[in-house]
Amino acid sequence: MSKNINTYTISIYTENNIGLLNRISAIFLKRHINIESLTTSPSEIDNIFRFVIVVSISEQNIKRIIKQIEKQIEVIAAFFHTDKETIYLETALYKVKSKSLFDEKHIQKIIKESQANIVTVSPNYFVIEKTGWRNETEKLYHSLEPYGLLQFVRSGRISVSKEPMNISNILGLNTDK
Amino acid sequence: MNKLNKISGAEAVIRCLIEEDVNLIYGYPGGAIMPIYDELYKFQDELNHVLTRHEQGATHAAQGYARVSGKVGVVTATSGPGATNLVTGIADAQIDSTPMVCITGQVASHLLGSDAFQETDIIGISTPVTKWNCQITKAVDIPKIIAKAFYIAKSGRPGPVLIDITKDAQFEMMNFKYKKCKSIRSYKPTPDYSLKDINNAVSLINSAKKPLIVWGQGVILGNAENEFKEFIEKTGIPAAWTILGLSALPTEHPLNVGMVGMHGNYGPNVLTNQCDLLIAIGMRFDDRVTGNLDTYAKQAKIIHLEIDPAEVNKNVDVDIAVLGNVKKTLPLLTKNATKNSHKDWLSKFQSYYKVEYEKVIKDDIHPTKHGLTMGEVVREINEASNGNAIIVTDVGQHQMVACRYASFKQSKSNVTSGGLGTMGFALPAALGAKMGAPKREVVAIIGDGGYQMTIQELGTIFQTGSAVKIVVLNNEYLGMVRQWQQMFFEKRYASTEMINPDFVAIAKGYYIDAKKVEKRQELKSSIKKMLNSNKPYFLEVKVEKEANVFPMIPSGASVSDVRLE
Repeated sequence: MSKNINTYTISIYTENNIGLLNRISAIFLKRHINIESLTTSPSEIDNIFRFVIVVSISEQNIKRIIKQIEKQIEVIAAFFHTDKETIYLETALYKVKSKSLFDEKHIQKIIKESQANIVTVSPNYFVIEKTGWRNETEKLYHSLEPYGLLQFVRSGRISVSKEPMNISNILGLNTDK
Repeated sequence: MNKLNKISGAEAVIRCLIEEDVNLIYGYPGGAIMPIYDELYKFQDELNHVLTRHEQGATHAAQGYARVSGKVGVVTATSGPGATNLVTGIADAQIDSTPMVCITGQVASHLLGSDAFQETDIIGISTPVTKWNCQITKAVDIPKIIAKAFYIAKSGRPGPVLIDITKDAQFEMMNFKYKKCKSIRSYKPTPDYSLKDINNAVSLINSAKKPLIVWGQGVILGNAENEFKEFIEKTGIPAAWTILGLSALPTEHPLNVGMVGMHGNYGPNVLTNQCDLLIAIGMRFDDRVTGNLDTYAKQAKIIHLEIDPAEVNKNVDVDIAVLGNVKKTLPLLTKNATKNSHKDWLSKFQSYYKVEYEKVIKDDIHPTKHGLTMGEVVREINEASNGNAIIVTDVGQHQMVACRYASFKQSKSNVTSGGLGTMGFALPAALGAKMGAPKREVVAIIGDGGYQMTIQELGTIFQTGSAVKIVVLNNEYLGMVRQWQQMFFEKRYASTEMINPDFVAIAKGYYIDAKKVEKRQELKSSIKKMLNSNKPYFLEVKVEKEANVFPMIPSGASVSDVRLE
């Protein structure tokens, strides 16, 4: 049986519950599967939350994991998608010394070419924001690194699927507004 | 609202339990759960609380009670060590799908996270081993959460639930109103089957030449014993059981071909790798059942009847999954299956049984050599109880021997720790079984090792006067580990020999009638005497020290490589 490893984006719709994050992460822990990124946020439905988790595992394993996640009482539904099946992005923030912005002409060019935005400028530092795919935020990181990064942070992946997930149907909610 | 109608959170807990038809709780008091115990005192006519000698004993007693009665077992314990002592029993109930609700006290909510006296994060600790758990910090939440707890514990694939209630929530006053939980929008206890799967399964069943059924506890938990019997009798398919499926079909049924798995019967293990269709009914392909998965039933088509979708394709890839409660799905298969018999195929099981009888069983249950065997003790219990007893076993050699040789006429008669393999399970579980089925004979068969892990529950048996019959098969070894050391570790018996106390004196210390048997001539009469007693009774049987359990599938080997010696 092929054990080809793929990157999968898992989307989980849940009720709001304090212990649920623990319960979901325990499923990965028990099977020694590394969570590459995890974000939680409200979803399109009132009081329903959404987890987006990225893992690299085999197709056979992702199917088993999804069923273990769906087995949790407060999970409404869980889905998995390959990169091709989703629209996904990450956001990165780069904090750089203000001095370099004025001294180095290249920086302005880098920011422009990478389609990043300057979020804030202060006498001592300025902050650049770049939203995109991992290779884009990484490219910008490498471009800015020579000028001295004071801080760098990247969010977990957020993603929407191309196909509908029909959570409202599962919950019996009427969404035809 | 009228202030006079208000009750405390603690009283609300008791009223919730009464609303759920609970009349028996196992537990142990302590600081953080004292308000609830104070209410138990007031409600003692309606709710019987059994004080075990350790919280672990309370969980196993609740499990034994649940397994024979089909009801939810209820446990109460205090915070901190009281709560952590529940963990083994909760994990056991989780892996063996036993409905159980545990209620723990917790430090007052303003102390949460402060490392207060007897504070422990029991929600965090119990998360991986519970079907659901929840902490309550406000009295007003108690009815809703407890209703949910019972619904979750007993619906779908049953399991343990833990509710942690802070002490201030127990004291807080509230208006009580109870409504049983009937559904949770994010939880679907029983998945839907598809007619397509049913029809495909039927055509596979009708065309199979060498079909084999392996059934598990799903048949018992679904109360589907009759539906199961009708299915096998119409199709004429030989049926083998997993350890937790035992007793769902009478031992003497002509289509009952014995146990599968590591110490299962020769025929069903070998023929698993020869059948053309394997029908798994309410079982989960545990590694002790399948042996090496790479060589497990590769030649066969597989149909899996299962209530828990997460079990489908978990260990074994199946051709057809029929989801749902087998009580519903089995009749659909029976209806469209053609009446059949598989005489030649069934006779293969009988030939393998003959080989196994000559090489293993005969010497186990009718030994001619000097020492007493575990097998003959089980045979004598069968004969004296006429196969009508509930047999509760612990974990190890005696468990395998008892499950292999105990004979059963009715369902819910085998209580054992299957998935977790919890030594110390049997003594408290037998107490629970006796209280869950007071009219039935309950015989606990326990090894000398496991017995000493929860031996203190003799105190509970004595205090409740429950007429549990306790048989300790004493070989002065942790026998199963010793067997492995002999077979796979060149007889290096590391820490498996036990220098045991005077077990009879200990039982008598608890005012329990007790006897020790060392000679074959005394065995039959001693077992008779034990079963004739209407009080708790303890019987120690000195068995052969270095006997081994066979057949055996060595770990990592294929089911068809089962060894007879």
